[in-house]
Amino acid sequence: MSDFWRLTAHEAHVKLRAREFSAVELTQSVLDRMAAVEPKVHAYITTTPELALEQAKAADAKYASGTATPLTGIPVAVKDLIVTKGTRTTAASKILENFNPPYDSHVYEQLRKAGAVMVGKANMDEFAMGSSTEHSAYGPTHNPWNLDLVPGGSSGGSAAAIAAGEALVALGSDTGGSIRQPAALCGVVGLDPTYGRVSRFGIVAFGSSLDQVGPIGRDVEDVATMLQCIGGHDPRDSTSNPEPMPDMRHYLGRDIKGMKVGVPREYFISGMEPGVKARIEEALKTLESLGAEVDTSLSLPSTEHALAVYYIIAPSEASANLARYDGVKYGFSDRSGPTMWDNMEQTRAQGFGNEVKRRIMLGTYALSAGYYDAFYLKAQKVRTVINNEFAAAFAKYDVIVTPTSPTVAFPIGAKVDDPYAMYLNDVYTLPASVAGLPSISVPCGFSEGLPVGLQVIGNFFDERRVIQVASAYEGASGLGNQLAGL
Amino acid sequence: MALTSEEVLHIARLARIALTDEDVRRFTAQLSGILDHFTALTAVNTEGLEPTAHPLPLSNVMREDLVAPSLPQDEALANAPRSEDGYVRVRAVLE
Repeated sequence: MSDFWRLTAHEAHVKLRAREFSAVELTQSVLDRMAAVEPKVHAYITTTPELALEQAKAADAKYASGTATPLTGIPVAVKDLIVTKGTRTTAASKILENFNPPYDSHVYEQLRKAGAVMVGKANMDEFAMGSSTEHSAYGPTHNPWNLDLVPGGSSGGSAAAIAAGEALVALGSDTGGSIRQPAALCGVVGLDPTYGRVSRFGIVAFGSSLDQVGPIGRDVEDVATMLQCIGGHDPRDSTSNPEPMPDMRHYLGRDIKGMKVGVPREYFISGMEPGVKARIEEALKTLESLGAEVDTSLSLPSTEHALAVYYIIAPSEASANLARYDGVKYGFSDRSGPTMWDNMEQTRAQGFGNEVKRRIMLGTYALSAGYYDAFYLKAQKVRTVINNEFAAAFAKYDVIVTPTSPTVAFPIGAKVDDPYAMYLNDVYTLPASVAGLPSISVPCGFSEGLPVGLQVIGNFFDERRVIQVASAYEGASGLGNQLAGL
Repeated sequence: MALTSEEVLHIARLARIALTDEDVRRFTAQLSGILDHFTALTAVNTEGLEPTAHPLPLSNVMREDLVAPSLPQDEALANAPRSEDGYVRVRAVLE
């Protein structure tokens, strides 16, 4: 059996162009790998082998006619909240169990135009609410580095698929850390673009002032290539940035001499595992050895408030967004009661999992009469404080570097009944999300045999420098293209 | 910040989610615990600051009002649990 699945997307593209193998052979290699490891990992809710082979055939025709681009024929995992016409899209919820989208999301349309090959819809926390992929109505995903552990979340299926060789690249979505944290826990690269960089047309909505689609891959180059494909203006999303997007691949493999790197001291908190701290300190030394000016005196005093701000704003927006799941227009429907209102309450009671119910109720409470000013409005004002601190920092620094997660992957079941302990997993990823800034997680070594991630945060629409720093670090550390031993 | 079980039932009613007695017990404890952590925000000085609804300085995004094909009725209704004569069908709204 061939092991083409071990290749990065850019390596595979070179070999496809040189006719060393065909896109059909590459896709078959990934499908064989899925057959071997998917029973252990469960990275997918739905696999699409027939569609994949059909798309691979079309990709081979593009290589034959000389119209192939870097993602042509590349097997991709697509998070299951990205709607795909004709392939069911569940958002990992029972309430969308049989939802067959009548249209394509912008990002999937872009992948299709590029000739990419979709091998399946990746598992996730229900409606992207969670940090472990345990809140999926279709069962948890297992971390390929240790199957007893969580892969992180909510894009845990996407990250696990990449670490396990069950796709070459993946799409995830990030609202408060849902791309970066699972990327860190699975030892792969995950990029959350600037809010507005990538169109959200056709993305199942969670927190509309926070949601963003982004790529996961085994190295920085693949992630930059994916962003190049999915980013840019789309008039169907009014929050989509109208400015043209620069060539992200131009910033790969460049030096970072003289680059100003701020390291906020508030991120080095008591909950951080010693092994994580050690890897981050080593990574800062590596950045210095590359000529970057690393300054650890940066202070972002409101960092600690990002968690409360996020867990008020995101559930508030979710409570409005998820009102559409009423069992009338699409999805699961319980019609046992005598009135429409009974049907709705039962549909939502049976269709949503506990974490989704908690967040809808939290948001409903924060927006309800008498509590709006104290919770929602106050959180929006503290959001301004956080934004202002970042704006002041970016007047002085090119990028901000932090750990991605305070811990390595934790056991399945360890935090699932303690919502607040689960929320603390996102403590390092929430501030950049609240501010809408681009950020990446790149592997920076291991603690107790498990991957640790380094987070690089950039200024608005400055993915360029985020990619430049991450790429230079990856080159020096030699930690690109890691596959879990399965 | 302790919520009462009556408050939790009121919130669930607003959110149109039926709760079992066990749900009420669990969510009352969990939501109270989470809200406790949020009260720290009251200590942050936000005097004179505007709320942020959205991280980008975009507002009133306009486009040409162009006629384009919309989703055909049968496709729009294909996922509806019950439909009839081009409409979705629900049970009685008024009791």
